[in-house]
Amino acid sequence: MTQPALSAADDVVLRVQDLQVSARSDQGLIPLVEGLSFDLRRGETLAIAGESGSGKSITSLAVMGLLPAPAVRVTGGSIRLGGTELTRLPEKKLQSLRGARISMIFQEPMTALNPVMSIGRQLTEAIRAHDPVPMREARARALAALQAVRLSQPERRLEQFPHELSGGMRQRVMIAMAIALRPDVLIADEPTTALDVTVQREVLDLIRDLQRDLGTAVILITHDMGVVAEMADRVIVMKKGRVVETALTPELFEAPREAYTRELLAAVPRIGGGPARPDLPATPERLVSFQDVSVRFPIRAGLLGRVAARVHAVEHVSVEIFKGETLSLVGESGCGKSTMARALVGLVPHEGRIEVAGTALSELDSTGRKALRRDLQIVFQDPMAALDARMTVGELIREPLVIHGIGTPDAQRARVRDLLDRVGLPASAMGRYPHQFSGGQRQRICIARALALKPKLIVCDESVAALDVSIQARVLDLLRDLQREMGMSFLFISHDMAVVENVSDRVAVMYLGQIVEMGSRAQLFGNPQHPYTQRLLAAVPVPDPRRPREALARLAGEIPSPVWPLGQGPDRVQLQDIGGGHLVAR
Amino acid sequence: MAAYILRRLVTAALILLGVSFITFVLLYVLPADPVRQIAGRSATPETVESIRRQLGLDQPLVVQYGNYLWNLLQGDLGRSYLQKTEVATLITARLPATLLLMVAAIFCELVIGLTLGVIAALYRGRALDNVLMLSSFVTVSAPQFVVALLLLYVFSVQLGWFPIGGYGTFSHLVLPAVTLGILGSGWYARIMRSSMLDVLRADFIRTARAKGLGRGRIILGHAIPNAILPVIAMIGIDIGMFMSGIVVVESVFGWPGIGQLAWQAIQRVDIPIIMGVTLISALAIVIGNLIADLISPLIDPRIKLH
Repeated sequence: MTQPALSAADDVVLRVQDLQVSARSDQGLIPLVEGLSFDLRRGETLAIAGESGSGKSITSLAVMGLLPAPAVRVTGGSIRLGGTELTRLPEKKLQSLRGARISMIFQEPMTALNPVMSIGRQLTEAIRAHDPVPMREARARALAALQAVRLSQPERRLEQFPHELSGGMRQRVMIAMAIALRPDVLIADEPTTALDVTVQREVLDLIRDLQRDLGTAVILITHDMGVVAEMADRVIVMKKGRVVETALTPELFEAPREAYTRELLAAVPRIGGGPARPDLPATPERLVSFQDVSVRFPIRAGLLGRVAARVHAVEHVSVEIFKGETLSLVGESGCGKSTMARALVGLVPHEGRIEVAGTALSELDSTGRKALRRDLQIVFQDPMAALDARMTVGELIREPLVIHGIGTPDAQRARVRDLLDRVGLPASAMGRYPHQFSGGQRQRICIARALALKPKLIVCDESVAALDVSIQARVLDLLRDLQREMGMSFLFISHDMAVVENVSDRVAVMYLGQIVEMGSRAQLFGNPQHPYTQRLLAAVPVPDPRRPREALARLAGEIPSPVWPLGQGPDRVQLQDIGGGHLVAR
Repeated sequence: MAAYILRRLVTAALILLGVSFITFVLLYVLPADPVRQIAGRSATPETVESIRRQLGLDQPLVVQYGNYLWNLLQGDLGRSYLQKTEVATLITARLPATLLLMVAAIFCELVIGLTLGVIAALYRGRALDNVLMLSSFVTVSAPQFVVALLLLYVFSVQLGWFPIGGYGTFSHLVLPAVTLGILGSGWYARIMRSSMLDVLRADFIRTARAKGLGRGRIILGHAIPNAILPVIAMIGIDIGMFMSGIVVVESVFGWPGIGQLAWQAIQRVDIPIIMGVTLISALAIVIGNLIADLISPLIDPRIKLH
C-alpha cells in the first residue's frame, strides 16, 4: 500500500474540525457525533470504522449535507471542502457540489437506484445536473463511466432498468454515477456489505483502481476490519459518536492504543482462528439426511399458464447431519443454501428424500409434521422482522409452548424465564417489546424462542450476518455453549467464510444448487480443492494490512442462471472422495 | 402479451356470466312484480296472466335465465317491458354521454386527488396536511347529491357560470364532472399521500439528492413516477364506485346517460334494462381494470404481464 505524500497543506481536500451533530428529541438535543476532526488528502483513503450507533454514517451524511433536517443537524464545528465551508452553505450551493465535487455510494445497491428509470437516464441526469451538456454528450460520458467501472456490455446497460441487474452490477452503476464527474471526495458508506464476498472483492479492487487513476480522496465507512486493512491508509475508530483512536492502518492493526480498538480487532472472525471443536463420537448418530434432494420452482407462461421453465434452486443434493454437530452450508446468493433449509423444515416442496431421525418428511401426516416442527427450529437473519412487534418478549418465547400445548401456563412462564436466563437476558425482558432491544439482544430472543421446544436441530440462516462483530462473536459463543450443554445439531447457513470456520464441524460449499466440495473443517479450509472454494477463500478480506494481497482473477461474466427450460437441467456434479471423507467435484 | 389479453378476456366473460346470474336471481326474488307495472292497477287477472305468459315470466327461473343467456350470446339484450325498444338501442344511445362524463370525472379526480396528495405529503404533519386530509375525509363521506346541489347552487344559480342541467356543450359537462371529481378525489389524495411518504423515504431519493438534483427534479422526476404506481391499480377499481355515483349525479344534472336510464328502469321494475345496464357496468369495470393493468408495465418496467 502506498503512503500518501503527507504534510503539504494544499493537499488537504476536506477538513473536518470539531464536528458536532445532534438529534432533536423530547429531552432536548442528543449528540450523535461529538468533536470529530480529520483532514482528508488528495488520493488518500480514510476509513471510519465502528459498530452500529458509532456515528460513522451520520458523519458521512453530514459531509454530504444530507442529514434528515430539521430532526438531525450539525450543531457545531466546521466542514471545509477546499476553501468552502459546507455547514453554513445554502441548499442551492450544496446541490451544485453534491455529485460533482463530493459524491457518495451507499450500502444497499438493491434500493439505491430508481426502479422505474433506466440506468442511462439516471446517469445522464446526474451528469447534466452539474454540466448542462447536450444529451448525446451526456450519454457518451455515461457510457465511459460504465466502461470505467468494468461493467460488461455497457451500451446495453444504459437501456436497462435496475431490476435487470445483479447487486454487484448495481453497485458498479452507483460507483459509475459517483465518479462520472470526477469528484474530489468519494464517500463510500459500507459499499460492499450487502454484496457477496467475491463481488465484494471485485468492487473493492475497482474502487482502489479508480482512486489510483483519478486521484480521488475516499472516505470509507465500514464495520469490517478486514475491509479496513485492505483498503485504508488511515483509520478513525469511532464509538457512540466519539473518536476512539486515529492511526495509520498498519499501526492500528499492529499496536492498537485503545482497549475498544483491541476488543474490536479481537472480535473479528479470522480464518484459521476458530476455536477447537469438541470431538464427535467415532460412529456418530445420523439425525438428518438429504438423499438426492432437488427443489425446483416453476416459471409459468403462455395462455394456459403452463410451466415453461424451472428455476433449479437445489439439484440432487445428498448430505447428512449427525447428532451434536454443526454442518455449514456456504455459498453466494442464489446458490440454494437457504432453499435447502426451507425444504428441510417443509416450507418449500422437494423431490427426493429428506429423513429426520429415520422418518421421511414425505411420509408424515399433518400430526407428524407438527411433531417434527418441535424438533426443527429456525433462527433467521433479521431478528426484527422475525419477531411480531405487537407481542411482548415473554409471549413470543412462550408461543411455541402454547402452540404445542406443553405444560401449564405457570410452567410455561417459568420456562421462559429459564430460557431468557440461558441466552443472557434478564427476566424483566418478558414484559417488554422487541423494539426496546438492540439487534444482538433481539437475536438472543429468537434463539430463546427456538430453544423453547428443545429442538434436535436448529437451522441458523445467516443468523449473525446482520450483527456487529463484537455482538456476532458473543452470539456465536452462545450457540457453541448451547450446543455443548444440550447436544443439539446446527445447520449453519452463511456466506461468511470466517464465521463458518469458527463454528463448523463439517462444511459443504454450494454453487448453483449443487454441492461442489464437502468435508471436515480442517479438510476444507486446510486443503481447499475446488476452484470455487479457493475463490471464496481468496476473496475474504483479511484483517492484516501487512499480508500481501493477491489480485482475484476476475470472472468473465456473471454467475450462470439457474433457470432451465423444461426437460433440461444443469450437468450433475459428481463428487469424488479424495481421502478421509473429503468430497470434491470432479 | 396477446395471450395475456386473451386470458383476461376469458376471465371477463366468466365474471359477466356470474354477474348476470346473480342479478337475474336477485330480480327474480324481488317482491315487486314487473307485470303489474306494465298492466296498470285496473287490469284484470286475465290480462295480467296473458302479459306474464307473453313475456315468458311464468316459466321457471332456470328456463328464463337460460333463454336470457341464449339471447345474450346472440347479442340480444332483450326489449324494455315498458318502452318496447331494444335495450341495446337504449344503452348505445346513452353510453357516449356516460363515457364522456366518466373520462372527464376521472380526469378531475386525478388532478384534484393527486395534487392534494402530493402537497399533503410534502407538508406532512403540518397544518396544511391536516386541513387537506380532513377535507379529503369530508369529500369521501359527503353524500353525492349534497355536493351536486351545493355546486349547482353556487356556480349555476348564484354565479350563473354554468347551465343548471342538460347535455350538449362543454359547460354542461363541467359541474357533473367536477362533482364526481371532488367526490372521488379524497381516495386518491389519501393513497397518493401515503404512497408519496413511502417513496420519499426510499433510498433512491437519497441517491437523487446525493447526485445534486434540485427538490423539484427529485419530486417530479423520481418521487411521483414511483408513488403513482398504486394509484393506477386504483383507477380500475374506482370505475366500479364511479358507476354507483353516476346514477345520482346524472339525475341531479339531467345528464342523459345510462345512470338515468337505470334509475328509471329500477323504479318501473323494467328487468331487461336493469340487466343490460348491470352487465354494461360490469363490463366497464372489467375493461377498466384490464386497461389499468396494461398501463402499469409502461410506467413500471418491473411488471411483466404473463
